[in-house]
Amino acid sequence: MNSKVPLLSIRDLQVSFNTREGLVRAVDGISFDVEHGESIGIVGESGSGKSVMVNAILRLNFATEVIVKGEILFDGVDLLKLSEAEMTRIRGREIAMIFQDPLSALNPFYTVGHQIGEAYLVHHPDASKSEVNRIVLNALDKVGIPEAAKRIKSYPHEFSGGMRQRIVIAIALVNDPKLLIADEPTTALDVTVQAQILDLIQSLREQSDSAVILITHDLGVVAETAQRVMVMYAGRAAESSTVTSLFEAPSHPYTQGLMRSVHSLENSSRGSLKSILGVPPSLINLPGGCAFRPRCSHQLGDQSKCNTDKPELRLVGKSNVACHLPDEIIKSNSVSDV
Amino acid sequence: MLSFVCRRLFFAVILLFVVSAFTYVIFAALPSDPAALTCGKNCRPEVIAQNRVRLGYDKSIPEQYGNFLKGIVSGRTYGAGEGVHCPAPSLGYSFRKHQCVTDLITRTLPVTASVALGAFVLWMLIGIGLGTMAALKRGRWPDRLATGFSVIGISLPTFFIGLLGIMVFVIWTGLLPFPRYEGITADPAKWFMSLILPWFTLAVVSASSYIRLTRNGILEVMNEEFVRLGLAKGLKRRTLIVKYVMRAALLPIVTIAGLDFAALLGGAVITESVFSLPGMGKLSIMAVNDSDLSILVATTLVAATFIVIANALVDILYGFLDPRVRTY
Ligand SMILES: Nc1ncnc2c1ncn2[C@@H]1O[C@H](COP(=O)(O)OP(=O)(O)OP(=O)(O)O)[C@@H](O)[C@H]1O
Ligand SMILES: [Mg+2]
Repeated sequence: MNSKVPLLSIRDLQVSFNTREGLVRAVDGISFDVEHGESIGIVGESGSGKSVMVNAILRLNFATEVIVKGEILFDGVDLLKLSEAEMTRIRGREIAMIFQDPLSALNPFYTVGHQIGEAYLVHHPDASKSEVNRIVLNALDKVGIPEAAKRIKSYPHEFSGGMRQRIVIAIALVNDPKLLIADEPTTALDVTVQAQILDLIQSLREQSDSAVILITHDLGVVAETAQRVMVMYAGRAAESSTVTSLFEAPSHPYTQGLMRSVHSLENSSRGSLKSILGVPPSLINLPGGCAFRPRCSHQLGDQSKCNTDKPELRLVGKSNVACHLPDEIIKSNSVSDV
Repeated sequence: MLSFVCRRLFFAVILLFVVSAFTYVIFAALPSDPAALTCGKNCRPEVIAQNRVRLGYDKSIPEQYGNFLKGIVSGRTYGAGEGVHCPAPSLGYSFRKHQCVTDLITRTLPVTASVALGAFVLWMLIGIGLGTMAALKRGRWPDRLATGFSVIGISLPTFFIGLLGIMVFVIWTGLLPFPRYEGITADPAKWFMSLILPWFTLAVVSASSYIRLTRNGILEVMNEEFVRLGLAKGLKRRTLIVKYVMRAALLPIVTIAGLDFAALLGGAVITESVFSLPGMGKLSIMAVNDSDLSILVATTLVAATFIVIANALVDILYGFLDPRVRTY
């Protein structure tokens, strides 16, 4: 594997759904890279297309009405061009995924041991029973399930939510994937368990040097776990930079809003986004121009590019920002506003 | 698990007693006088009174019910003098037909069971097969075909489908002989031929709802998160459909199928009538026409017993199939 090629390179990804109401552009031209062993956070309001985007990476969409365009290069190979059989070999082995709701992510009809073993066995069909057993025990141990040998025959409903999420993580890590995608892995859990699960993902990542894409609503989580971060708005990247620069100098007006809401609500629920006025736009028949325009605190007037062109990411200071504001304004705002 | 099974069976036995008591009381409380039905139109009141005593209808209802139960356990002699003895389990005696009711039932039940079993196998195959096909090809022509079949099957009455079958296959094309029932032991080939039309008639009607149940069940399960995780693990689509989706989707159908089958064992009244099959449904219809309560009590009880047993079996089966229910 050529280490100069990023592990994952997404180029102008577009995902839309044909619905009765019209074409829903859930992901509308996103590009980003994930390096080997890197941890990247993706934040954005509900409905900004985070889940749709990562599901597209593994092509998990059953829906026939979905249209995917662009390139998803994994180790230099475009996943969108692979056959279903080839894709099956990537799923779970090269790229694994953790879902939001551990209560419904496990199959209620099979023991957790069976489900972890199954994940290993699909990619190692010749593995002996004892080998699978050893792997499963080891995986349960690693994710901190006490008395793994006893719990191996338990069914999902016999575990708490936090424990079930640990089992989902065990399933994801059993094949040592190069990339782990965690789609809001802690949203459905209560606060103390959230921290434990994040710590677990963090420490497992350090042990295995998998790359991680972590999706969250919570900027605090990003600060703690990720090296780089991408802020999504209405299916596009609003800003993309290292975590340090994002927190030092949030550049996009939307990111600034997010930060302010974190600061103003520091003591209540973190990451609640109520302090940005307005609501996210409907993704059906989005008007041209900048999708954030109606909620933006800088109104450049009707003649500006904000009304006509979708802003592309460009380097301003240390961040990549998708905004039509002049560089000076972006820079000065990013310092003064926070 | 064992204690769950025992408890469920015990509960079923209790339920059977309750059901039998209710059935008996309800029929006993009917305004018609069973004694008056024992002799013809010009019956003299003395004879009726005499018969009432002979048949035990002069006793209180609980006492009658007690005798009825005793008959089931140890047989019973009906009528005065030498009377007629029906060996255990005796479900009564029909003075209209001059036969022990148990004999009538053991003669008609195999017919009904033949009809029910074949129809059941057929309708499950058609229902689950077409339902699965519809779900997997949602929105495309196999789906429309299956859904169309289901709508037609549900909206046409059973007797119409039966008569249509006779019309097309017997009268117009002559592909099948007119169904004249023959016991399976007497002539298996004739038995089979005579049942093809009844089987299909019942199957078309029942399969229709199973097509929809299966289709919707599968589509619903397909959206479950655990199916998505299965796909994300790298499972092949076929494994996913069979092991993850079908298993979960068909489970609730087991329950309904068990009860539907049991209900059918109580007599496929319309189908048996259309094809003149001498089954329990036909027996019940004739008993209604004759106001023959002794038969009606028995057929109702037998039908109810099937349902109670099926209910218990389905529950137990469910406990084996669904680990979430198993924790008793
Ligand atoms: N199958 C689908 N058909 C039509 N629209 C869809 C479909 N799946 C997702 N969408 C739309 O795509 C948009 C993005 O959804 P997505 O689930 O990616 O949001 P998200 O950023 O993950 O939000 P959340 O934080 O709530 O998980 C939403 O507006 C949603 O309604
Ligand atoms: Mg999501």
